[in-house]
Amino acid sequence: MCTTCGCSAGEVKIDGDDPHHEHDHVHADGTRHSHDHGHEGEHAHDHGHRYAPVHSHAATHSHAPGISQKRMVQIEQDILAKNNAYAKQNRERLAERGIFTLNLVSSPGSGKTTLLCKTIAMLKGKASVAVIEGDQQTSQDAERIRATGAPAIQINTGKGCHLDAHMVGHAMEKLDLPEDSLLMVENVGNLVCPAAFDLGEAHKVVILSVTEGEDKPIKYPDMFRAATLMLLNKCDLLPYLSFKVDAAIEFARRVNPAIEVIEVSATTGQGMDEWLKWLEVGARDTATKKLATVDALKRRVAELEAQLGAR
Amino acid sequence: MHEMSLAEGVLQLIEDAARAQEFAKVTAVWLEIGQLSGVEVEAMKFCFDAVVRDSIADGARLEIIAAPGIGWCMQCSQTVPMQEVFGECPQCGSHQMQVTGGTEMRVKELEVA
Repeated sequence: MCTTCGCSAGEVKIDGDDPHHEHDHVHADGTRHSHDHGHEGEHAHDHGHRYAPVHSHAATHSHAPGISQKRMVQIEQDILAKNNAYAKQNRERLAERGIFTLNLVSSPGSGKTTLLCKTIAMLKGKASVAVIEGDQQTSQDAERIRATGAPAIQINTGKGCHLDAHMVGHAMEKLDLPEDSLLMVENVGNLVCPAAFDLGEAHKVVILSVTEGEDKPIKYPDMFRAATLMLLNKCDLLPYLSFKVDAAIEFARRVNPAIEVIEVSATTGQGMDEWLKWLEVGARDTATKKLATVDALKRRVAELEAQLGAR
Repeated sequence: MHEMSLAEGVLQLIEDAARAQEFAKVTAVWLEIGQLSGVEVEAMKFCFDAVVRDSIADGARLEIIAAPGIGWCMQCSQTVPMQEVFGECPQCGSHQMQVTGGTEMRVKELEVA
């Protein structure tokens, strides 16, 4: 892993990546480091030129001759600070372009990809959807998405168990995302780790299939707490199962009192209209916010031009 | 959860600080870990030792400062202690709780040589 920009190059592969190459360079402050990176795209790396203010003071002991003096260094930084900075950058870029972005999370086999394919098919002609697929290995899911006609890019995390904001930022560059579109990020099937990693999305959407246990929300509370919406998938199978829908919703609300719930079946289409409606509302809000920003900027430009004209 | 990624994040922060502050050896690391952060302290210690091997923090002592879980009970309208993210209010038993503290995952300070 590149320790300077956090580029975990070795294992992570993004579709269409240039072969990475190594080089090293010396900064103004004399530090030298080597890292490898591709040359496509404009995603800004933080190369660690800017340091958070840190303050140090000598410890009161260790004055024995021949032993170097120990000192204390205050750090006071969030362990996920680096990821969160990349996420903020992604969020700003998406907001500027009015792109409504969802981070889809679930355990493996909950039907995320099937649900996505169905969603894309139903949105055809109404909205533009692009997909970033995360899996440890293979690009099978991206191929399934591409078969629907939507652009998709696969990130293979290698040994990694989740997507991080840095990988997603690079993938976003490779997808030519139109303004006012939808971006769906299908995270690695894992109900634990992706909860902690902000990718810059508007919302996390957790998918729970009825073939799993209804107590999943309290077994994996972090994920259900991080999500805005829970899609209860494979509801067409309910007649054959002992899954208790009310109990599942009750458990989810125990962890996250504000979580919204939609019961769906990607196979029969049950509940899909409600899910599409939810998407439409989110996409409209995102586009409105972008306009508000653009309008605000235009007004500011007009004001400045007026001032210049008055001189 | 994901203690290995977090341990790598800790090492990154240490290495950034080492460049800025020009120290070559870290002998102890203090982490503040909230009770509701989802971090398993024993797993964190295990991963930390593995991740810092052959780095400037090789063999460093890991000290954990635990931060208690705190929530806001919407029924009682007051701050109460929380044991789990899906915990109930110790006063009224309600699950209408908002976590307000105990999700910290921070590198506090280092002892360096």
